[in-house]
Amino acid sequence: MSESATVVVRTGTANLASVLAALGRLGVTARASNAPADVQAAGRVVLPGVGAYGSAMDRLAADDLIDPLRQRIRTGMPTLGICLGMQLLFNGSDESPDRPGLGVVPGKLQRFERGVRVPQMGWNRIVAEDCDILQSGYVYFANSYRAVGAPDGWSAAMADHGGTFLAAIERGPVVACQFHPELSGSFGLALIRRWLSIGGAPC
Amino acid sequence: MLTVRIIPCLDIRDGEVVKGVQFQHLRSAGDPAELAAEYERQGADELAMLDVSATPEGRKTAVQTVKAVRRVLAVPMLVGGGVRAADDAAALLDAGADKVSANTAAVEHPKMIDEIAERFGSQCTVLAIDAAECEGGFEVVTRSGTHRTGQDAVAWAREAANRGAGEILLTSWDRDGTRRGYHLELIGQTARCVCVPIIASGGAQNARHLAEAVRAGATGLLAASIFHDAELTVGDLKRDLGSLGVEVRS
Repeated sequence: MSESATVVVRTGTANLASVLAALGRLGVTARASNAPADVQAAGRVVLPGVGAYGSAMDRLAADDLIDPLRQRIRTGMPTLGICLGMQLLFNGSDESPDRPGLGVVPGKLQRFERGVRVPQMGWNRIVAEDCDILQSGYVYFANSYRAVGAPDGWSAAMADHGGTFLAAIERGPVVACQFHPELSGSFGLALIRRWLSIGGAPC
Repeated sequence: MLTVRIIPCLDIRDGEVVKGVQFQHLRSAGDPAELAAEYERQGADELAMLDVSATPEGRKTAVQTVKAVRRVLAVPMLVGGGVRAADDAAALLDAGADKVSANTAAVEHPKMIDEIAERFGSQCTVLAIDAAECEGGFEVVTRSGTHRTGQDAVAWAREAANRGAGEILLTSWDRDGTRRGYHLELIGQTARCVCVPIIASGGAQNARHLAEAVRAGATGLLAASIFHDAELTVGDLKRDLGSLGVEVRS
């Protein structure tokens, strides 16, 4: 696996086509893989994800991907988590209380409060503070669970759906978005382009 | 705050758009990918593609169409038509759809909603309901409106949401194609009974109709013929909606 390669983690049920298409439009030929060696060594890794928290963690465990992913994020290798792929970085989620997450970002996810439509489905405005890759603007969300506060040690972008929630976090070349940059039009593509152009950690 | 979604709908038969839009600068009014890209440029928040092919061969073409559209489209894609089992949903999602909608087959086999939601998540699972006025409320109609089921449409929406549908695409059979505006009573009754988002469909002609549907409880607004005249672009409609006090993505 070359250090310049971009790997999209095959998280089982995740629909990879939109992510691969977005990377393709930016001139990046990415490879879908669930091989631990690929995920460990690739220059850039995208962790997408749809579906349920517990089954996604089960799948990562079955594929021996938990340690390679933790290692990447702890050492600051370029990694982009999308939607459930962001949630998996946390300690866990009320969606699957008995299944711990990767635990590389402190905090837990909870379901949106009553009084708003769930899933949150559509375009919402995010406000980014002290971020390099994240910026403020409209992005597309499709989620029922979310984290609330900005975790220590990360820069954050926030949004509002029945109360403020965590829309995205970044720390160097590690970015995780609750929204779908690959479905967020030219704004989302520009975000992915910035992530692709930021320097990776020394290997 | 979440903005209201404007969702142009393309009816596709055998890989070609039915009732294609005559945009001046497009080579072909019938090419789904060209139209999809044009709608995204205009500011569409999402694209719906409904496969109306009558044959199994035509439906196989739908997977190819989804692939071609995915290559050019950077906003969400909802695909419906001919989804009869979770495996049909899998094929469309693999090809690049972000959400799939089931309609007649779900009425006949409600468990398929649970199956699609379990495999792919509620956010991929849309239940399409065609509803017609009947005595005392609304009933579900299927098989392109030829079959009246006698089943209460609002109760069906609630059951589908409980089974895992993450969104209801709600079409008024009485208003579809009439340009008299969305069926506000249908939207309002359904919105009060389910917590998932509702996409209103059928009857939209102008921004006022869209604003009324939002006030009735819709969070997505599907329209087809309103754009077919090419008199109003998505951008025009959003500007008008904004001036009516509806928050849209700019």
